[in-house]
Amino acid sequence: MTAYLKLDHIDKVFTRGVATTEVLKDINLTIEKGEYVSIIGHSGCGKSTLLNIIAGLTTATTGGVLLENREVNSPGPDRAVVFQNHSLLPWLTVYENVRLGVDKVFARTKTRAEREAWVMHNLNLVQMAHARDKRPSEISGGMKQRVGIARALAMEPKVLLLDEPFGALDALTRAHLQDSVMALHQKLGNTILMITHDVDEAVLLSDRIVMMTNGPSARIGEVLEVPLVRPRKRLELATNATYLKCRQRVLEFLYERHRFVEAA
Amino acid sequence: MNMPATKMDIETAAPVSAAAPVVAMTPKRPPRSEAYARMAKETAVRVIPPIVVIALLMLVWELVCRRAGSALPPPSKVFKDTKELIVDPFFDHGGIDKGLFWHLSASLQRVAFGYSLSAIAGIALGVLVGQSVWAMRGLDPLFQVLRTIPPLAWLPLSLAAFRDGQPSAIFVIFITSIWPIIINTAVGIRNIPQDYRNVAAVVQLNPLEFFAKIMIPAAAPYIFTGLRIGIGLSWLAIIAAEMLIGGVGIGFFIWDAWNSSHISEIILALFYVGIIGFVLDRMIAGLGKIVTRGTAQG
Repeated sequence: MTAYLKLDHIDKVFTRGVATTEVLKDINLTIEKGEYVSIIGHSGCGKSTLLNIIAGLTTATTGGVLLENREVNSPGPDRAVVFQNHSLLPWLTVYENVRLGVDKVFARTKTRAEREAWVMHNLNLVQMAHARDKRPSEISGGMKQRVGIARALAMEPKVLLLDEPFGALDALTRAHLQDSVMALHQKLGNTILMITHDVDEAVLLSDRIVMMTNGPSARIGEVLEVPLVRPRKRLELATNATYLKCRQRVLEFLYERHRFVEAA
Repeated sequence: MNMPATKMDIETAAPVSAAAPVVAMTPKRPPRSEAYARMAKETAVRVIPPIVVIALLMLVWELVCRRAGSALPPPSKVFKDTKELIVDPFFDHGGIDKGLFWHLSASLQRVAFGYSLSAIAGIALGVLVGQSVWAMRGLDPLFQVLRTIPPLAWLPLSLAAFRDGQPSAIFVIFITSIWPIIINTAVGIRNIPQDYRNVAAVVQLNPLEFFAKIMIPAAAPYIFTGLRIGIGLSWLAIIAAEMLIGGVGIGFFIWDAWNSSHISEIILALFYVGIIGFVLDRMIAGLGKIVTRGTAQG
């Protein structure tokens, strides 16, 4: 297995005054090029912290992240993030939001006209070209998340990091967007790492599901391969034995072996 | 809890409603003329109360000051005395004997100059204090003390430093209006959501791009709050400062009118000062509305 993205013995300890909390303990994971990996766990287990470490927005206390065998410890467009709450800049239009990243990443390699075309190409990929001149406040939550995905894709990241990208959406919009992301992954072959707490979403989209134990000191409890052929169809999978078995495994992990206990 | 109460209401209300006469329903789609009538009504609701209040106040003023030997003139006398100044605000007889337009424009020029300086310096310092923890620790206590110093207390010191009325007046405006601009800008910068900072980090904006593309637009609503308080304070300060430094300006016009016992002219000048202060405030508010159009959270 060739390691494209490698998480190497990552520990994360938060220190506030004299109190220290160990959030993540000895996280090791290798991800291949083109793979779709989900990290699932109860809230508060440090999934988002892990994603922030990979994105470079937080630093690991010990251990590190290797991307194509080079250590990365600061944020960059090679690890573009789709944020949970879209994080579009409200004073820019849809087009300008995507353009912001494109202008930085392709400042030298693309001409002005090429960059313009590239922005529109990416907006087309997520079917948002029609809203290019709208501001984020004028479009729906699902549309904002589409633009967030376009902004990340437009930076041509080596790894696309999705931080609970569908968490804030209603069920129907979520399903629609999941299908879009699956189609994009199929078409572009991106390497994707997604944080989620939705079991169905994890099984439907991923090649592998990384299940995390509860914090503090969260570890990787189990890694499950999802041997379903692509392209996957939501409706057909509903009765597929493999799908149901995978779903069962994740549910057992989350609700039997690592039940979420509210902090007493 | 609600259920029994509503039930009782219905029971007690039933016999009453049965006895009540049938009321004709209003048509579903009112004709256009009715829409206009409603619009006119809404305008009237806003315009009539202040007009009534002003008319009543004028009446009281007139009645109180009409008596012989009254210290202040009634509105009718104010109008009669100052008719010339109202009709011709543009005359210029040399020295400080000018029309009100020239006095007001001299004051406004000082405000424009001092306020522009304080807007630039205030935003720059506010960004520094908002962005850097050490700058805040070092400067904030200083700002908190300096901002409580009354505007006119600065005037003797600035006269000593500049040895001239004009720059001193501008300095007083500057030092009066800069504090709310600094403090509000700093709060705005400190309140930039972490999300926007993350986006900037992933896109790898350099500090200059971050300043222009994230910081200023994100903090704009706060900055404009500071600017609006600032313009109000500078207009307050200029009138007082001009009374002391003399020369052409609405502040000294008022002081001069007092010395010559032209009480009606003072009242007219106060009217203009109020109107211009109001217009300045509206201008900054309007500018803020245009600039921060997109920054409302979406």
